Amino acid sequence: MKGGAAISVLMLLGACAPAPVETAPADTDAVARGRDAAARLGCGACHDMPGIAWPKGRVGPPLAGFGARPLIAGRLPNRAPQLAAFVTDAPAMVPGTAMPAIPMKRAEADDIAAWLLSLDD
Amino acid sequence: MTERTLPSEGWPPAVLDPAGPYSEPVTLLAWVLLVGGTVILAIVVGALWIALRGSPRLKTRLGGEKAIWILGFAFPSVVLTGLLVWGLLLTSSLSAARVPVGAMRVKIIGEMWWWRVHYQDGQGRETLRDANELHIPVGQPVLLELEAADVIHSFWVPRLGGKMDMIPGRTNRLLIEADAPGVYKGQCAEYCGGPHALMGFVVVAHTPADFARWQASRLPSQGAGGEGLALFLSSGCAACHTIRGTPARGLAGPDLTHVGSRRTLGAGILPNNPGTMAGWVADSQAIKPANRMPAYHQFSGEELQALTAYMVSLK
Repeated sequence: MKGGAAISVLMLLGACAPAPVETAPADTDAVARGRDAAARLGCGACHDMPGIAWPKGRVGPPLAGFGARPLIAGRLPNRAPQLAAFVTDAPAMVPGTAMPAIPMKRAEADDIAAWLLSLDD
Repeated sequence: MTERTLPSEGWPPAVLDPAGPYSEPVTLLAWVLLVGGTVILAIVVGALWIALRGSPRLKTRLGGEKAIWILGFAFPSVVLTGLLVWGLLLTSSLSAARVPVGAMRVKIIGEMWWWRVHYQDGQGRETLRDANELHIPVGQPVLLELEAADVIHSFWVPRLGGKMDMIPGRTNRLLIEADAPGVYKGQCAEYCGGPHALMGFVVVAHTPADFARWQASRLPSQGAGGEGLALFLSSGCAACHTIRGTPARGLAGPDLTHVGSRRTLGAGILPNNPGTMAGWVADSQAIKPANRMPAYHQFSGEELQALTAYMVSLK
């Protein structure tokens, strides 16, 4: 009963929020895998990222709340396919950026994109 | 969401997971001391409980002459003498006083907050300089000559051997050996100021055939330098770093001739890929605060790309 009430309250709150851009529910496994991949690849060398305690680099922007941002690097729409392509090969997507192409598997890029899009705080 | 740190894989290293003949006795000794110390602590707590809360009969027996002879004299004498003899026998094989003939020799010098690695031939002549990473063949002992350039450091690759201080003005010797090919992480184990906790190390153990291939690959840089090398030379990097085969001859920082082939950056702490390389070059201070390489704020995006691509190509 308590759980049901909580869900009702959440649904009511949800009704007050603006309509979400992404309608597909976040794949929580992909989000967790994406965070682990970002930590393993050392993305923190340039980015301060929620959930990763160290390092917290300053070369690139902090990524808290990234999922709520409309654009990637001020150039690309912040959607999963573009984001996965950007984290793998940023210079191809945004010429002139300092962020290099980073060798990673396609699945890792998709997971990292899912994780970044889930960051809403 | 819990905060977590997943830096370079296997670092900080596991300390109770021996992977060679020079670390197994240390781990066994650690477990025996831990279990033995726990048992003796339980006996002492039990005796204390009797002394405070026990029946008068037990209290009398605990304070009697016989108990004092047995628990106060015989027990510690036997246990401590036994431990001393056993411990010396167990660890006698770790002594670098008896170095096997023909053992590979490497001088490692601790610096704030990284490691110089100087490979030597059988006569103690230097054959190759590298940094922060040591390559060894499996199944044979390697003699490390440990020194320090500034303050006391301590060399420790827990899975391959014991822990040995690096002391300015002294050369301490330590034997390590790996049973199986793999990557074994190390860590400075003596507080040496600033980012001491971020002073890691990597040992890569190869099969003999792979080790020979690795040795043959350690040639001076042949890479097309282009804009990346030009930036390296014009931005001050060469004042501290050497890249053999180029005019870069600096000695204050790690030799970068093969930096692109290292497992890690920043002395064992970050995975090595173009992204971490760019982050380290532009602002290592955010990653390893107070390390001696300054942050470089003068590069454009394209310049940082070119410099990073060049560094990564130094295999």
